[in-house]
Amino acid sequence: MLTILFDGVAYGMLLFILACGLTVTLGLMNFINLAHGAFAMAGGYVTVIMMNRYGISFYWCLPAAFLVSALIGLVLERTLYQWLYQAPHLDQVLFSIGIVFMAIAATDYFMGGQQQLINLPPELSGRMDVFGVGVGRYRLFTIVVCALLAVALQFILSKTRFGSRLRAAVDDRRVAMGLGINVPLVFALTFAFGSGLAGLGGAMGAEILGLDPNFPLKFMIYFLIVVSVGGTSTVSGPFLAALLLGIADVAGKYYVPAIGPFVIYALMIVMLIVRPNGLFARGGR
Amino acid sequence: MLKRRTLVAAAGAALGCLAAFPVAAQEVVKVGLILPMTGPFASTGRQVSAGAKTFIQTHGDTVAGKKIELIIRDDAGVADQTRRIAQELVVNDGAKVLAGFGLTPLAMSVAPVATQAKVPAIVMAAGTASITKASPFITRTSGTLPQYSLPVGTWAAQNGIKNVVTLVSDYGPGIDAEKWFTKEFKAKGGEVTEAVRVPLQNPDFAPFLQRVRDAKPDAVFVFLPSGVGSLFMKQFSERGLADAGIKLIATGDVTDDDILNSMGKPSIGTITGHFYATAHDSPENKAYVEAFKKANDNMRPNFMSVGGYDGMALIYAALEKTKGDASGPAFMEAVKGLSWTSPRGPVSIDPETRDIIQNIYMREVKEVNGELQNVEFQTFEALKDPEKAEAK
Repeated sequence: MLTILFDGVAYGMLLFILACGLTVTLGLMNFINLAHGAFAMAGGYVTVIMMNRYGISFYWCLPAAFLVSALIGLVLERTLYQWLYQAPHLDQVLFSIGIVFMAIAATDYFMGGQQQLINLPPELSGRMDVFGVGVGRYRLFTIVVCALLAVALQFILSKTRFGSRLRAAVDDRRVAMGLGINVPLVFALTFAFGSGLAGLGGAMGAEILGLDPNFPLKFMIYFLIVVSVGGTSTVSGPFLAALLLGIADVAGKYYVPAIGPFVIYALMIVMLIVRPNGLFARGGR
Repeated sequence: MLKRRTLVAAAGAALGCLAAFPVAAQEVVKVGLILPMTGPFASTGRQVSAGAKTFIQTHGDTVAGKKIELIIRDDAGVADQTRRIAQELVVNDGAKVLAGFGLTPLAMSVAPVATQAKVPAIVMAAGTASITKASPFITRTSGTLPQYSLPVGTWAAQNGIKNVVTLVSDYGPGIDAEKWFTKEFKAKGGEVTEAVRVPLQNPDFAPFLQRVRDAKPDAVFVFLPSGVGSLFMKQFSERGLADAGIKLIATGDVTDDDILNSMGKPSIGTITGHFYATAHDSPENKAYVEAFKKANDNMRPNFMSVGGYDGMALIYAALEKTKGDASGPAFMEAVKGLSWTSPRGPVSIDPETRDIIQNIYMREVKEVNGELQNVEFQTFEALKDPEKAEAK
């Protein structure tokens, strides 16, 4: 029972890291970026290449995955995305799904279509007993890292100067620019940060979720569920939503395997009926 | 007026050319290879096409006075694409033989085309038993799930395994595997305590593995498509199922040779049943593996590549028998009862069901010269597909 709960939390945390970058772009910058998974995939492949080809330690791969994905995000934002901020949502969707397909084809071409596997350092593999509950070490690691990130993210957005600039830029771009905030820079950094988080999620998820060129498509639905259930205006909303979905998914598959895969969709429908604007909607927007 | 006459003449000339064309084309037999070269099953397509090409490379491209031309098309693993491409190949390109088919639904979608056009279709990868029943023009050079699930059941019952939980992907082949393993294992006195089915698009195995662990069986029998299988393997050891005394027995799809080496230590000791292992010990296989690796950047050939290789072997042998006649009925008549020595061992085509008869090997994953290999330790000889054998 507790093991299931634990697995659910770990899975939810992973979903959160993968999806929270999307929350930032979708909720704060009002840009529908379906290519979010492609950045996660980039992070995953950076890890695979570094570990399997060059034998670099897994712990170094995580920040590297973050940086590389963030860098790719930054470049793409400057060259492509920024022209579409004012475009209608349909254009954004078409544009970003196009990027997804290009990313899939490119990955397949360079890396091959097979599943990529990484071998974790020994201290992270296996499981241990904590008060009689079987706990996977890697899952524990995931939970700790993701929880720290969630706290840090919430802190940056609500307490720092950068956070308030970002919120100002989102609320009223013109006034923010008039007050001397460099809005394009803020957006570029935010986008890069969101992409970097996705990359980190992809790197950490490679062990649990697997990694192949279709990763962005396979998990797009999960990201979107997390964001739509959690709402896009806060960090805590998607965080709780991801946890809820992770636990519901794992528990559903354990207790009622026959209908397990439907549980999260049912949950999503109920949540959207009860709280159409997300768990903690600010309302109005 | 004059203009019109020239037009008619031109048309006539063009028609004449068209009529003359098939005579020249007679010397070429086009083989339409339809495979998922992109998308989630791209590795299937890559292996099968590489296997087929290796055969042509090592055996030359002419047989019985005909030049064999391979046309490879990508269906991305989508059934209606497969069907459309099959029609195009037959009608526009004049393909005499269709082959490939990475997955069961893809093979099924081509059956009506094969029947109507009387074009032989050679299944090189898909593994559900019922495919060959869908059209009298379908034959197979891979294997069927019942064929290599059943021996795993026999082996388990003979080796002190009393109760088993099965865990399969919830689609055609998975259900085939579950059914035939369970049937055989029960008939030999074993007990299947629980049957878990995992959705095909499944991100995390944690809940299913926990269920297996809590059921405390002697062993868990697994069928999963190869890519997912490797992920499963990791989580299996991660969750400490092996330490809890639960053995992992599976069909060979899980320890796919293509990626086995990257699965690492956790896979060692896994017992699987399948029709081909890269490590199979025979001169034919040594030559095959060498030629394949050389042509494909040191990639390891897996069971799918052998399906492709043997598919071409079948086409060559059948054409030799018909003296180059590639018309559907004659070709299929020649296919029935063909037998040859494949890299996987002796194989033949069952004249009644048009399905393949072959040895199934029990293998254990071991480290050989620093590489992980499926090492064969027991052989079940010349097995037919049990599903169709039973139906009679």
